Amino acid sequence: MSIPPDDTDITTAGTSSAATRLLGTLVVVGVAWLVAFGLLFSPADRDQRESVRIMYVHVPSAWLAYLAFIVTAGASALYLFRAAHSLVWDRLAGASAEVGVVFMGITLLTGMLWGRLSWGVFWTWDARLTTTAFLFVTYVGYLAVRRLGGTHQQRARRSAAVALLGVLEIPLVHFSVRLWRNLHQESTVARPDGDVKMDGLMLFSLVVGLVAFTLLYVWLVIHRQRALVLEDAAEDHGLEQALSDRRAEAALPGGR
Amino acid sequence: MAPDHSVAGAIPPWRLAWLIALKDLRIEARSRVVVYQVLPFAVIVMVMFGFALDDDGIAQRVAPGLIWLATLFSLLVVVQRSFAVEAADGALDALRVAGVDAVSIFLGKALAMAAQLVVLELVLFVTAVVLYGPRVRPGGLALLVVTWVLATIGLALVGTLYGGLTAGFTGRETLLPLLVLPVVAPVLIGATRAVESALGTTGAAVSEGWPWIGLLTVFAGAFGVGGSLAFGPLIDE
Repeated sequence: MSIPPDDTDITTAGTSSAATRLLGTLVVVGVAWLVAFGLLFSPADRDQRESVRIMYVHVPSAWLAYLAFIVTAGASALYLFRAAHSLVWDRLAGASAEVGVVFMGITLLTGMLWGRLSWGVFWTWDARLTTTAFLFVTYVGYLAVRRLGGTHQQRARRSAAVALLGVLEIPLVHFSVRLWRNLHQESTVARPDGDVKMDGLMLFSLVVGLVAFTLLYVWLVIHRQRALVLEDAAEDHGLEQALSDRRAEAALPGGR
Repeated sequence: MAPDHSVAGAIPPWRLAWLIALKDLRIEARSRVVVYQVLPFAVIVMVMFGFALDDDGIAQRVAPGLIWLATLFSLLVVVQRSFAVEAADGALDALRVAGVDAVSIFLGKALAMAAQLVVLELVLFVTAVVLYGPRVRPGGLALLVVTWVLATIGLALVGTLYGGLTAGFTGRETLLPLLVLPVVAPVLIGATRAVESALGTTGAAVSEGWPWIGLLTVFAGAFGVGGSLAFGPLIDE
């Protein structure tokens, strides 16, 4: 992605291209497959019965969210440590974090619903659950930092540092919760990481979900990243416009 | 006395950090904001916990957690204060323009904040003993002191880091808790468990508290190094 030239009409420029339209079509087909396999073709589980179908959304969302945050961290590092300090990496990090936060929210929500059905509780202080919740809040904070203002480069430096501090924070949270729970063996509900022997059709449905959501991630990030390019351009354009307006005002007879 | 023409760059970084810490403590000594506003706030939080929990037995059992929760709330206020004095008149920018290294500012401000937190935590601890009635075991005293020092260092480092990031921006009062609280969660878990063991409020032995010291040390070390690296990009304007 390159920054649109100055004469780009930012009021009408779109974010789609032939490639993203093809990708979007594939996403629609993939999600349709997922709905068909997840809700119709795959069998109900012997123990969990119909609630097992939540998994076909839950697991792909979790995968997508973690992928998104890895991309955000990687792009932030590339921005900070490459001499060019290219805003391309910054926008990729921002777009990926936005998508990640949405799907982390879906992961938590579907996980809690499934937990209530299978374990009888919405929440348990398992290290993986807690870490996921902390990732969610951390990246909500990251998105807030992106909106603090300043120039694009200031935003990029700041948010890249915050994203990398998140990489420092999350393992510490995970480790401390694990240590806490290991010292207090009071968890009575089923562990979420139990050995799962899966039915072939179930496994296939899950793989369909993973593929469909990965394509969805790529599609969303490309669009969000292009929208961010336009947002930045609109901001610059607005500033230039305001400056030239003031100059024109001053040049008028009687202007201050 | 001859006028001092040395620029900040000629002073060793650790000495600059020390001077910045002294400056912050001098401001506090003259304004007494932490003493007259933050300390009473922290104590009233402890009183409120007492109202919310009602039963003496419960309050005594969870006293270590309440001490650290009140510390976290107070930390947010102390951080706001620490950077309010920098944001006014663009003092932080002036320090940077004078050639003061970001690492020196980071460590200096963290040191001053740790000094204030240490006093604050002591007052909170005494308040907890008075209000909720946990007993200090002689065997747990060493664990208590080590936890006190290490947790304070970790909290001061994280507070300074995110305080510097949000300094001078509108909406910092609301953004700071969102950024700081998730990060300091390991300190809350580790310090609470260690103090529980030191006081024996949950029946844990003193020896069970020491593994948490490892966590607190790793935390302080990680944010000491990571914060020193990140503080420059965070405050650079």
